Amino acid sequence: MSQTSSPEPANTDLTRLAAAELAELVHSRQVSAVEVTQAHLDRIAEVDPAVHAFLHTDAENALATARQVDQDLAAGQAPASPLAGVPVAVKDVLTTEGTPTTCGSRMLEGWLPPYDSTVVRRLRAAGLVILGKTNMDEFAMGSSTENSAFGPTRNPWDLDRIPGGSGGGSSAALAAFEAPLAIGTDTGGSIRQPGAVTGTVGVKPTYGGVSRYGLVAFSSSLDQAGPCARTVLDAALLHEVIGGHDPLDSTSIDQPVPPVVAAVREGATGDLRGVRVGVVTQLSGEGYQPGVLRSFHAAVDTLRELGAEVVEVSCPSFQYALSAYYLIAPSECSSNLARFDAMRYGLRVGDDGNRSAEEVMSLTREAGFGPEVKRRIMLGTYALSSGYYDAYYGSAQKVRTLIKRDFDAAFENVDVLVSPTTPTTAFRLGERVNDPMAMYLADLCTIPANLAGNAALSVPSGLSDEDGLPVGLQVMAPVMQDHRMYRVAAAYEVARNAAEGGPQIQRVPQADWSAHNRAQSEVAV
Amino acid sequence: MPNISRDEVAHLARLARLAVTDEELDLFAGQLDAILEAVAAVGDVATDDIPPTSHAVPLTNVFRADEVRPGLGQQQALAGAPFPEEGRFRVPRILGEEA
Repeated sequence: MSQTSSPEPANTDLTRLAAAELAELVHSRQVSAVEVTQAHLDRIAEVDPAVHAFLHTDAENALATARQVDQDLAAGQAPASPLAGVPVAVKDVLTTEGTPTTCGSRMLEGWLPPYDSTVVRRLRAAGLVILGKTNMDEFAMGSSTENSAFGPTRNPWDLDRIPGGSGGGSSAALAAFEAPLAIGTDTGGSIRQPGAVTGTVGVKPTYGGVSRYGLVAFSSSLDQAGPCARTVLDAALLHEVIGGHDPLDSTSIDQPVPPVVAAVREGATGDLRGVRVGVVTQLSGEGYQPGVLRSFHAAVDTLRELGAEVVEVSCPSFQYALSAYYLIAPSECSSNLARFDAMRYGLRVGDDGNRSAEEVMSLTREAGFGPEVKRRIMLGTYALSSGYYDAYYGSAQKVRTLIKRDFDAAFENVDVLVSPTTPTTAFRLGERVNDPMAMYLADLCTIPANLAGNAALSVPSGLSDEDGLPVGLQVMAPVMQDHRMYRVAAAYEVARNAAEGGPQIQRVPQADWSAHNRAQSEVAV
Repeated sequence: MPNISRDEVAHLARLARLAVTDEELDLFAGQLDAILEAVAAVGDVATDDIPPTSHAVPLTNVFRADEVRPGLGQQQALAGAPFPEEGRFRVPRILGEEA
């Protein structure tokens, strides 16, 4: 952690600070929450035309929340949470009462949800300042944010490259210093893969660890909301705000939030003696970018130097995880997205007074969904249809059992498992849009944890030597043992920062983004 | 097993209530075929003795107390409706000539 000394507020760019640092300044009343919020709103106005991390910003409500935090502190009240007064960006798949929630889809353009998701409700109760809603692949289906109906987000490290997906907006907002914290959702890697390719921290908590109430469902048995941040400590602080049992989500685990902040403090001592780390044999090798593998091997060496005991672990079923995922997720999606029927909310097309409900429904869904969503709905419809069910959906569920068994066996011998988060660094915009299978491969390493439900995170592990782009180290932990991976990630982060003379994210190229935006506005994306 | 025909894709689109275009049928037929061919690998290891897992966290019968709680009012419930009418959802006809 870098917050050993208080920064000088007078000559510090507030958008460059970590959430924990901002909270300290606000709570000690050296800087107001309004100043912090305004600094981020100004930064968004400056760079978001080029980055396009946000689909919607809400300056008025953000400043009102910040003013309330300042007033409460001035009145001598204790902060509502360790992050009170700190801005946060929320992926546009979580409902926000009275604020647009589109899921990156024309189907929900202009929809104002009548209720807050539990995650958003907890953010508000904790005094966090919601800046706006971030861009995403439509209904969270994609690995590049190019499937957003409202145009792609760009990677702040290289504006011609993808920021990952589906939560590319949340991670890009962090890397572009538009927000110190963000919320993502991870069905097959949509928090971790964007985290890896933007050089930020992304955490998928244990399935059931964070409420799904108000999270627009894509694949209900896999979807999991979680924290995105620029430091491991910030992610842990946000995790404790949003985590915990929720009676409104019947799959929510009725147990206390794992002690993730305490684990980060323990890890920050840089001592991993007694921790057993397993390197997953099946998640490296052929098909992986050489620079990604070199970064990964260096990260494993660092863990060993910190005292961890490193062994290789074989999880043979992991090689079938991608296949199982692309049957299970589309199957659940074909069922979940049946709710978009043009009747009660959202888009309605072709209702001319003559057409039947079924015709209007079909025309609306054709107009409202993009190609990837249609592909997955049809794929799921196929996998669930009689005659194919056993061969596809049924077999995929059996593979899910095998993957769980592999995790269970591995965690008998090790405390955490590690792998690269992604097989490659950020690819170029447009490079994979016409090849769905190539796009799906971006989630190769992240999917097993979704299928088994255990916790996993991505922490920056340097830049790939061949292209200078960020690489992520994935750390996976057993169900409800989220604190284990936080401890390892925090220790690793401290070691890297010490070796490199500061956090890698501060070295994001500061190109003339407004100039880039002018050039790009000529090009249809 | 794959080799999904254009007619099959048209059938799937009907089942999924998607009024896809002819161009989309051509595009999706090829892509769905490629995807299904790749994911069919699950059949290689899914033997009869393995039980299926439908959910990562096996929970059964999660109940909450049956208590009255505030819900959405009529106005809120209709706020997002495409064509509300007289405090109701107006929908296209569901019965028709189509036998």
